[in-house]
Amino acid sequence: MKVRLIDLYVAFLKIGGLTFGGGYAMLPMLQREVIDKHGWATIEEVLDIYAICQCTPGIIAVNTATMIGYRKRGIVGAIVATLGEITPSVVIITILASVLTRVQDFAVIQRAFGGIRIAVCALIVQSVLTLSKKSITNTGTVLLFLASVALTLIAGLSPIAVVVLAIVAGLIIGKVKERRAA
Amino acid sequence: MIYLELFWEFFKIGLFSIGGGLATLPFLYKLAETHPHWLTAAQIGDMVAISESTPGPIGINMATFAGYQAAGYPGGLIATLGEVAPSVIIIIIIARFLSNFDKNPKVENAFYALRPVVVGLITFAGLKLLQIVVYGEGVLNGRAMIAFAILVVGVLKFKKVHPLVWIGLGAVGGIFLNLGG
Repeated sequence: MKVRLIDLYVAFLKIGGLTFGGGYAMLPMLQREVIDKHGWATIEEVLDIYAICQCTPGIIAVNTATMIGYRKRGIVGAIVATLGEITPSVVIITILASVLTRVQDFAVIQRAFGGIRIAVCALIVQSVLTLSKKSITNTGTVLLFLASVALTLIAGLSPIAVVVLAIVAGLIIGKVKERRAA
Repeated sequence: MIYLELFWEFFKIGLFSIGGGLATLPFLYKLAETHPHWLTAAQIGDMVAISESTPGPIGINMATFAGYQAAGYPGGLIATLGEVAPSVIIIIIIARFLSNFDKNPKVENAFYALRPVVVGLITFAGLKLLQIVVYGEGVLNGRAMIAFAILVVGVLKFKKVHPLVWIGLGAVGGIFLNLGG
């Protein structure tokens, strides 16, 4: 049976609206809506889609929505599922941002955000450490990590240039390894 | 035309930010440098806090927030659509033509270098924010440094505690101890 576009939209609207954070945080909601409720994919398929979506540019949650939407209803499905996924963010954040702009000059709000920014720094430290464990595993990756910090912080290179350089470096390292193995 | 420029800037962010979550952060910092009338570096910290405390993917929340700051109600929507447009195009291409994309050795090789570099980029963004927090007015803010040290220890020790709790603690501390300077 053909999946209805409205069902795709509503399913991803719920996933977007009930997931805090990104990436793996959406997995429980994804499982409930996509696997248990609608049977649009099996858990293995979802994990495969996840693997693909982590090595493509963009937000993982959006990539997953696009992929499942595409598999069910082609290009239109991909767009509809993506719009569902981003609708809650756009609505909630727009409201909050407009409220915040109105109250941001109050001293109490400025003080609160002074403290919040410190908490955000601490949360970034945690994210960096968690990500490091999976990605910085040997001398080569340590050097790549240090190089990217130095290039952005000291040399002032744009993150786009650093990402492009990383892709080139990764391909060259891969070639060198192949030659050595051969 | 500001909306077109906004769409294009976030299209680039969507195209080059790999790894999700905070991966868009370094690009937003660059945007604050090149377009200071759109958003300031200090506001990015507020955006992270709000994006972590509300539903939805963090990257999308930050795009909506930054777009709103830059160009009001339409700005939030346009920045968000700009950020997701490259993913939609790329995923459709992969779904259609490249079924074993994630198992391609070239992709694996690129990601070997990309993963640590993305961590480096997030570190860069974190250090920029930390600089604003503890050295914002050209003098070292001792209270902010102590609060940061305490929060880091707390966050690392109690890993299961939701980010919202730390953001709430930061807000309360900020109000009563005037941490922001």
